[in-house]
Amino acid sequence: MPLDTAWPEGTVHQVPYWVFQRAEVLAREQEMIFRGACWHYLCLEAEIPNAGDYRTTQLGELPVVVARDAEGVVHAFENRCAHRGALIALEDGGNTKDFTCVYHAWRYDMAGNLKGVAFRNGIAGKGGMPKDFRLEDNCPRKLRVAMFCGLVFGTLSAATPELEEYLGPEISGRIRRVLNGRTPEVLGRFTQALPNNWKLYTENVRDSYHASLLHLFFTTFEVNRLTQKGGLIVSKSGGNHVSWSAIEEGAASSEYAQQQIRSDSDYRLADPSLLHGFQEFGDSCTLQILSVFPTFVLQQIQNCIAVRQVVPRAVDRTDLHWTYLGFAEDTAEQRIMRLKQCNLVGAAGFVSMEDGCVGGFVQRGAAGASDQQAVLRMGGHDALSSDTRATEASVRGFWKAYRAATGL
Amino acid sequence: MLSEIANFQAAYARCLDDQRLEAWPDFFLADAVYRVTTADNHRRGLQAGLIWANSQAMLRDRISALREANIYERHAYRHILGLPLVEQDAAGATRAETPFIVARIMRDGTTDLFATGRYLDVFARDDAGALKLRERVVVCDSSRIDTLLAIPL
Repeated sequence: MPLDTAWPEGTVHQVPYWVFQRAEVLAREQEMIFRGACWHYLCLEAEIPNAGDYRTTQLGELPVVVARDAEGVVHAFENRCAHRGALIALEDGGNTKDFTCVYHAWRYDMAGNLKGVAFRNGIAGKGGMPKDFRLEDNCPRKLRVAMFCGLVFGTLSAATPELEEYLGPEISGRIRRVLNGRTPEVLGRFTQALPNNWKLYTENVRDSYHASLLHLFFTTFEVNRLTQKGGLIVSKSGGNHVSWSAIEEGAASSEYAQQQIRSDSDYRLADPSLLHGFQEFGDSCTLQILSVFPTFVLQQIQNCIAVRQVVPRAVDRTDLHWTYLGFAEDTAEQRIMRLKQCNLVGAAGFVSMEDGCVGGFVQRGAAGASDQQAVLRMGGHDALSSDTRATEASVRGFWKAYRAATGL
Repeated sequence: MLSEIANFQAAYARCLDDQRLEAWPDFFLADAVYRVTTADNHRRGLQAGLIWANSQAMLRDRISALREANIYERHAYRHILGLPLVEQDAAGATRAETPFIVARIMRDGTTDLFATGRYLDVFARDDAGALKLRERVVVCDSSRIDTLLAIPL
């Protein structure tokens, strides 16, 4: 079915609501983004440290196995038996010598190569596979795998540029700032089921404009105000971004009071130890939200470090997977602080719970308005880095990369 | 002891379901631990929580944040608690495991099964001799939370 694309070419400051609503759009995204020329976060190297370790994950609807072989090489392949299409691995992860499909016991090695077919030679000379059947012709599709600072990415497409080129130098540098030279440890994993199209979340992550307006918790404590020192980095492709802010002495301003917006109150914590973080980066940056097109997020909010992965489940349903991180180098006190600051994020997060519902408000609010469009004109029309966060440049950047990837 | 704990659990559930959230921290000791996690994290010994508190003051902060800061659509819970399994551990502390199911009722009337799980509790008495929680670990059976977790479990 041809798409009715009433979306002027090159426009990224207006987004028609039908992109969040149509099944045929999601089908195109599955093909051109999730199975297309994009790098997708798969897991952390730290989650598969040993030979035989594996995790299962998704590139959109495509199920994937990530596994480390006996030589320590990390492979990723489609979690689909080459025989009849059943899932090869059924658990979230584990350690194994090989993978055997439960349906007819076809057996694969850690790289997804078919190694054995049950009753290949038949029984008592009858049945069995024909003579021209070759194991090596029957494998699930393999992904290209690339690793950066302990993050494992995969792509099905040969056309995807090398990972560091895809990230760009500024985004790479900001990932290094958080992860480089340390040994991540998983502190917990949670999945938040969002009642909205996946792109309403990836927009939200890139939306530096809303942060201090919707999320009152931080604003009140002057941890995150648009009047703080901060800025926005948008990659050349548009699709990757960093929004950051830093504590600056004497930066209090009356601009919030003048706007008469909700983000101003006398609210104080009974146990302020929540905000007594420690210096771990050698800079004054207390918040760094980083995204990689299409669905990866690396978050530093004070000492709360997490990766987030966005998986669409239906046009109006999305899974948001949170993996909270500490580091092997943490002291006991630092570890407690990370656990404490996990209260800031996730489904019950003081500063992020609103993001769980606000996408649903858009999904429902725009339900009868597929021919109408969202307005993204804060800070102009382009998708460039800036030294203010009172802009929607990185949201426009997402749409720039999205339009390039999907041809919509 | 069993009936006292059963009564405590019923009062706890009623407090949350009646939206008397300001009274909720009073079920805990001043230095209590309260954590909401999932069966998967619990089984793996992973320490992070959806909610992680090691003081009653942090629980008070959670309620004042819900009242004054956080934005979410109006909703209520109905907790249905199972029978508490009560035992004394080797150190003489009173432990209880109590299963729950929680329905979430949204402002438009939509009613969903929001969570099932169990409370892993350590009980103690405060200076006045009243039964309080020294520790409550809320272990949700599912690793998936729908939309958001505002009102505590």
